[in-house]
Amino acid sequence: MIVVDRVSKYYGRNAAVRDLDFRIEEGECVGFLGLNGAGKSTTLRLLSCLLLPTSGRVTIRGFDVEEQPHEIRKLIGYLPDEPPLYPEMRVEEFLRFAGKLRRMDAEKLATRLPKVMAQTGLEQVRDQTIGTLSHGYQQRVGIAQAIVHEPALLILDEPIQGLDPVQIVEMRALIRSLRGEHTILLSSHILSEIEQTCDRILMLHDGRIVAQGTEDELIHGAAEGPAGYREALSAHWVELEVRGDEPDVRAALALEGVEIVELTRGSGDVLRVKVKSVTEARELIASRVVQAGLGLRGLKRTTSALEDVFVRLSQGESEEEEVRA
Amino acid sequence: MSNVGLIIKRELGSYLRTPSGYFIAAGVLLLDGLLFNAFALGEEPQLSSDVLRIFFYWAGIVTMLGGVVFSMRLLAEERWTGTDVLLFTSPIREGEVVLGKYLSALIFLTALTLLSLYLPALIFVNGKVSWGHIGAGYLGMILLGATTLAVGTFASALTKNPFLAVLLSGLFVGLLELCWPLGQIAEPPLTEVLSYVALHTKHFSPFQRGLLQLSDVVFYLGMIYLSLLAATKVLASQRWR
Repeated sequence: MIVVDRVSKYYGRNAAVRDLDFRIEEGECVGFLGLNGAGKSTTLRLLSCLLLPTSGRVTIRGFDVEEQPHEIRKLIGYLPDEPPLYPEMRVEEFLRFAGKLRRMDAEKLATRLPKVMAQTGLEQVRDQTIGTLSHGYQQRVGIAQAIVHEPALLILDEPIQGLDPVQIVEMRALIRSLRGEHTILLSSHILSEIEQTCDRILMLHDGRIVAQGTEDELIHGAAEGPAGYREALSAHWVELEVRGDEPDVRAALALEGVEIVELTRGSGDVLRVKVKSVTEARELIASRVVQAGLGLRGLKRTTSALEDVFVRLSQGESEEEEVRA
Repeated sequence: MSNVGLIIKRELGSYLRTPSGYFIAAGVLLLDGLLFNAFALGEEPQLSSDVLRIFFYWAGIVTMLGGVVFSMRLLAEERWTGTDVLLFTSPIREGEVVLGKYLSALIFLTALTLLSLYLPALIFVNGKVSWGHIGAGYLGMILLGATTLAVGTFASALTKNPFLAVLLSGLFVGLLELCWPLGQIAEPPLTEVLSYVALHTKHFSPFQRGLLQLSDVVFYLGMIYLSLLAATKVLASQRWR
């Protein structure tokens, strides 16, 4: 459905994204993960026809963003990081306006609007002025305007930004409920958000894709990525809670292929240790800790290593750049 | 309903629901009344047609000011609040957005202008003027306002800051008007060229006196077309930035 072919976008001399190259198939839910300034929003704005690439080519269902933006706009629903709302309008009135802008006739709107408001939980505030709604509800109105015309492609830029924990859970459920109806692209700098919502992840850093694949592929190293990436991903990650002194803990874990990544003090004399190993080493680590006379309070395999990998990849790229400079 | 009609309807609703529309309306009508009282009526007895002419002179300037202030509410505000994204990710062309925003402001400004009709009607209390003079004057004011608004629309397309849009709009309109005195001191053929673009002094003068000249109407319509075309091109070019 979406083909991004060696796309770069420069603002003056600064590259916002460089050599982006990826494909997204119909019905996929793809997350763009990256730190602030990684190029996520620029990528989504390129796909939304709001920007044109400086070089390269973007096509959606065969339509070129440069040559046929009008055709592409018929296919997309877009929610930017700040929802595009007219505060003086009432919710239903605004959604009706958004639907008409997308060429929906009155008959279709009459059947579609109640469904969309039910889906996004806006029924109770349908007659309320948008400017008086909470941020969470405004974000819902933002999503409602993006889906009102049943677009083939739904683009959501940081949809949970600024929401409180309850609103985040509700928004996540809402986005999940939209899967299957649309091809969904969403961006976030919060890994857990992408993990829980998307089928596939594209990690962006400094305008480049540093890794892409499913969550499983990313964790188990089968995904596409830069040199050293597979090694980083295929590592085994263990978190320990150990009672004892730091030098003793370090001595006990001084094993071949095992690396202490993080060591912090918890409550009392308990240390929290994050360990990376080349092979599965939980039993070995446990026995070494016990043999050293330390108190093993807990040991668990980190279920998702993505965050560490993401941070490392980001840091690795930055360090490489510093060396190059 | 066409896209242009859809935008006009939404915009007019917005003018009536937000304070800015009422502030502009109140400002324009207040200035019209004050200036009519201060300059058109004056202290000395005058011919009715002179009272009307002077009223149109000042009301024309107020209409221009209104047009300049409206620049804030046109495209710049849409970009400032981020709602332009809704329009430009919908299957709607830049020209339709420009035309919709422009026409909605023009309808509002025209309604405002017509609300001042009670002022020239007051002349009938102690004098007599022709309805043709009044009609020509109001047509001129609407054309002058429409042209100022079009220049303001272009200014509004250049920036996302509404206040900067007003300043730019005022600057453009001021520069066009400044061409008149410059034209008076310049050598031919610059004299004619410079004088020709003065929105008020050159082209509105005949309307003030109740004269309807095709050349002035053509000038205003031409300026409107060029300004709106430029605004559309500026909007379209934003994708390249």
